[in-house]
Amino acid sequence: MKFICEYRDEKIAKKYASAIADITTQAWTIMEICGGQTHSIVKYGIDELLPAGITLIHGPGCPVCVTAIALIDRAIVLASQPNVIFCSFGDMLRVPGTERDLLSAKAAGADVRIVYSPLDCLKLARTHCDRQIVFFAVGFETTAPATAMAVYQAQQEQLDNFSILVAHVLVPPAMEAILASPNCCVRGFLAAGHVCTVMGNREYEAISKKYSVPIIVTGFEPVDILQGIYMCIQQLESGRAECENQYTRSVRREGNQTAQQLIQEIFTVIPRQWRGIGEIAESGWDLRQKYANFDANKRFQQQLNSVACDNICLQTECISGKIMQGIKKPHDCSAFGTRCTPEHPLGAPMVSSEGACAAYYRYRQSNDRL
Amino acid sequence: MTDFNLSCPIPLEQYPHVLLAHGGGGRLMHQLINRLFAPTFQSLGVQHDSTVLNLPTGKIAITTDSYVIHPLFFPGGDIGSLAVYGTVNDLAMSGARPLYLSAGFILEEGLPMETLWRVVQSMQKAAESAGVRIVTGDTKVVDRGKGDGIFINTTGIGIIEHEQLIVPTAVEPGDIIILNGDIGRHGIAIMAVREGLEFETTIESDSAPCNSLVLELLAQGIEIHCLRDLTRGGLASALNEIAIAAGVTISLKETRISVREDVGGACEILGFDPLYVANEGRFIAFVPEVKADQALKIMQSRDRDSGIIGRVTGKSRKSLGLVTMESKIGTTRIIDMLSGEQLPRIC
Repeated sequence: MKFICEYRDEKIAKKYASAIADITTQAWTIMEICGGQTHSIVKYGIDELLPAGITLIHGPGCPVCVTAIALIDRAIVLASQPNVIFCSFGDMLRVPGTERDLLSAKAAGADVRIVYSPLDCLKLARTHCDRQIVFFAVGFETTAPATAMAVYQAQQEQLDNFSILVAHVLVPPAMEAILASPNCCVRGFLAAGHVCTVMGNREYEAISKKYSVPIIVTGFEPVDILQGIYMCIQQLESGRAECENQYTRSVRREGNQTAQQLIQEIFTVIPRQWRGIGEIAESGWDLRQKYANFDANKRFQQQLNSVACDNICLQTECISGKIMQGIKKPHDCSAFGTRCTPEHPLGAPMVSSEGACAAYYRYRQSNDRL
Repeated sequence: MTDFNLSCPIPLEQYPHVLLAHGGGGRLMHQLINRLFAPTFQSLGVQHDSTVLNLPTGKIAITTDSYVIHPLFFPGGDIGSLAVYGTVNDLAMSGARPLYLSAGFILEEGLPMETLWRVVQSMQKAAESAGVRIVTGDTKVVDRGKGDGIFINTTGIGIIEHEQLIVPTAVEPGDIIILNGDIGRHGIAIMAVREGLEFETTIESDSAPCNSLVLELLAQGIEIHCLRDLTRGGLASALNEIAIAAGVTISLKETRISVREDVGGACEILGFDPLYVANEGRFIAFVPEVKADQALKIMQSRDRDSGIIGRVTGKSRKSLGLVTMESKIGTTRIIDMLSGEQLPRIC
């Protein structure tokens, strides 16, 4: 498969691994931002190929993991309305809210459907005129253009039975929150290649300069990640701190301007609650006033009245916030693999395949079985 | 498929759809049995509450499975052929020669009679190709909205004509694992239809009977420790089930597992791991190392994508079982059971 096989090639991967070992003279801690990268690192055992001093920590770039509990509670209330068809990306369905998840709501009679694109919701809206179609708009800058397009088209077609529950989040403010934390141990970043495909590199150039930290825009295949790590260590070892692009086959400095314009048209930047982390200023998108009639929060205001919209902190031993900030590893959690498993997750990172805990659980718990 | 229309023996102009009465025990039900089921399945004479069969002496194998699938017809198969091959393959996995099947239908009121006719024809065709006979059956009709068109249950009986004990507990360290072809086609064919995905070529299900290949392996004197068909949960789940049952560790090589390019591409798009995608004509055989090459040759003569994908490396602690795989970049990772359904990822 072109553009896949060559990036999963053992010889090239090992060549990069040995090049990394050659240039590394001291210990460095690097954070990969995106959950897709975390998944790839753990799935392919990329960290096993690195010299002992290089530590990879897993950033907050799993949209499933950072969606606030209050939003999931709202999603469940919306899905449970008798006239609603509630549409979501697949891996949001098992994320626990305060009391239950969307799959349990489905089992209790809610009409919850998995979609691959928000535009599929418009098809449903056209063919189910007597039902309200609500889309759970989750994700980083990568999925936002498709949500924006759905809202834009719905406006054009004057579809009055389509609305969205917006949970979109932005990467750069989260990176700044991590860098500004007094506990920050991150010396370099692998930025999320697909987010940058949409947004370009410019925001990262500013962060790199402001915090003197190397940021490498990186892809998702093993060779991409190893090359990204190599470029990052090259900078660290030579005392440079710049934003560089490893994922040149997808990312342009200016990004996808059509997508950006569409996002600008539909969304406005707001503060957002991150599960396990708390509120981060200017870290989310919400619908502009002009498109407020597509906001499920407003359309179903009465039904959502009783649901808290503040940050809900459940009393749990889950340390997901610390894991997503890179302060702890999944293994450090007392509940990991015992009281918290993919079947009974205490926190979101154990649910999504992009979540650090689930990735560790799936690929790394062999010691007690040998 | 209009040719079925022409030969459908139920007077379509009178009953173009299944009625509740077709399962009610009266004339309509008898008409359905006598005009549709019995002639198609070439029933063995007298209709009675049960069918009496002559079986050879010795051990028999019996299995049952229920089939629910949407859509009912998909590239490479349909619910009818699936209901035959699935049960035939379950018998074959015990090393049995499948002989007879029962067929229980739960039909939804309003199902087009032509659809039922097509499914029943397909079952008979599949039964002929697998060398089994459908000898008894049952029909129930549920209210409209309480079914999904057709649900089918099939029970199969087969005879064991050899002395081998083909069970997970017979798996031993050192055993070689052979897979009879590429994986993932059935699950992706179904997903492609459900999601309206279009590829350059149509991905067809691998749905097929495996009994003749298994019987050939046995006839050629291959010692087989265990067989398992790779249905729901795919290769990864089958290997984990056996590793746990046998209390062994299994090591695979990713580069040895054949995944067709279009299937691999679809998995990338959908966010699925082909190791967990369903198959309906694929199985793994655990054989002692001395017989591995001979077994592989026999399997490759049927499907050149057959290959040795790994081996049993040792006993696991506490009988927990462990499956690991050497990845394409030479590192090792665990292949675990799925916690639930494989859910598509966000991005």
